[in-house]
Amino acid sequence: MRVGFVLLIFSFTNYIFGFTSEPHIQLEHFAKYWSLSAEEFNKVTGSPTGWDWLMHASKSDYMNFLGITTLSLITVLCYLRIIPILAKNSDYLYLGIAILEVVILVLAASGILNSGH
Amino acid sequence: MKNSVSQSLSISRLSVLLCLSLIGNDVFADNNSLSVDNNWWVWPLALFVVSFLIGVVGVLGGVGGGVLFVPIVSGFFPFHLDFVRGAGLLIALAGALAASPKLLKTSLADLRLVMPMAFIASISSIFGALIGLAMPANIVQICLGIAILLIVYLMYKSKESEFPRVPASDSLSNSLRIYGIYHDPAINRDVSWRVHRTIPALFLFIGIGFLAGLFGLGAGWANVPVLNLVLGAPLKLSVASSKFLLSIVDTSAVWVYINQGAVLAIIAVPSVIGVMLGSLIGVKLLAIIQSKYIRIIIIVLLFFAGLRALLKGLEI
Repeated sequence: MRVGFVLLIFSFTNYIFGFTSEPHIQLEHFAKYWSLSAEEFNKVTGSPTGWDWLMHASKSDYMNFLGITTLSLITVLCYLRIIPILAKNSDYLYLGIAILEVVILVLAASGILNSGH
Repeated sequence: MKNSVSQSLSISRLSVLLCLSLIGNDVFADNNSLSVDNNWWVWPLALFVVSFLIGVVGVLGGVGGGVLFVPIVSGFFPFHLDFVRGAGLLIALAGALAASPKLLKTSLADLRLVMPMAFIASISSIFGALIGLAMPANIVQICLGIAILLIVYLMYKSKESEFPRVPASDSLSNSLRIYGIYHDPAINRDVSWRVHRTIPALFLFIGIGFLAGLFGLGAGWANVPVLNLVLGAPLKLSVASSKFLLSIVDTSAVWVYINQGAVLAIIAVPSVIGVMLGSLIGVKLLAIIQSKYIRIIIIVLLFFAGLRALLKGLEI
């Protein structure tokens, strides 16, 4: 949690002040785009969806996604941590629920699930 | 010098715009005046300040940040609802993640109570997020306005129960072993608890998860009443377990938003940092401010934010 939060603060400071690299979208141009829907925004700006941001991780705006995805992965890591404990205690019912929950969270994180406007 | 004068003018203009919007004028329908390149920072800065205040008020009023953030920011800021919902889920997630480890350590949050409910709600939150991103924004905005007004009614009417009476646990909760004992430091005794009405509660969590994903609201506003009033879990256990539950439900929904490009760093990060810092101040103020009055302020704030969301959706 702390790692994710610290990553967010550092990457956002870097993004705003442009210490290391250029962003994918210049900050000065953002006001033209942020009232578009996500789908239109991605189309107009050529922004990546799914895990494709990793290809742009060196750009200062997408560096922020290191912190965002770290925060979003913590719950999965917590479940992975309790699965061996539940197995050790032979708590098969909750072991099953925990495994299914991990499957659901990984499915959501994978980017397989999609919708469109 | 010229720059500082221009920045002061921007701030004054933003203040005026915010005031005008609060009295109902749709000044943000045309936000071209703020799309001038040099003023890009005004809105993220305003977002940080508003998020900070939401963090303070949210802690004092005992509600998560998401339920305040989405209607207020979507109603009064120029950002598209998709990005506001994505940021709302991240705020709720960050707040829940910050609290969960401590609550689990003190046994105030119970894994057996949370895991079956969270499993159901996390599936429905994914569907909520997918449907929400596929629907036209004005329809989502109208539904959001209606949902917020219903939440206001629920918050106004619901009377929480410290230790609800559970005459007998039901067979499903027995099979799932949803019962236990926790130590309540306030009364310095161990409290034994059990739950009933598990099947109706599971159905309600399907709806809660769906709404959380659809509107990016988090789910604390609904988790506590269902855990406390429907299942019959003690209030402290319900509040603590709700935080843990929220972290699971919001994680599934937020991934849908991230993967569909509905999370923008320029909107999400100042919001998360603002709410987190505001929460820290809120915790300190908790000891000296009467939270009863803050709750009334939150209900009034939510009422106007819900009304604004409804009117914006109806393009009135």
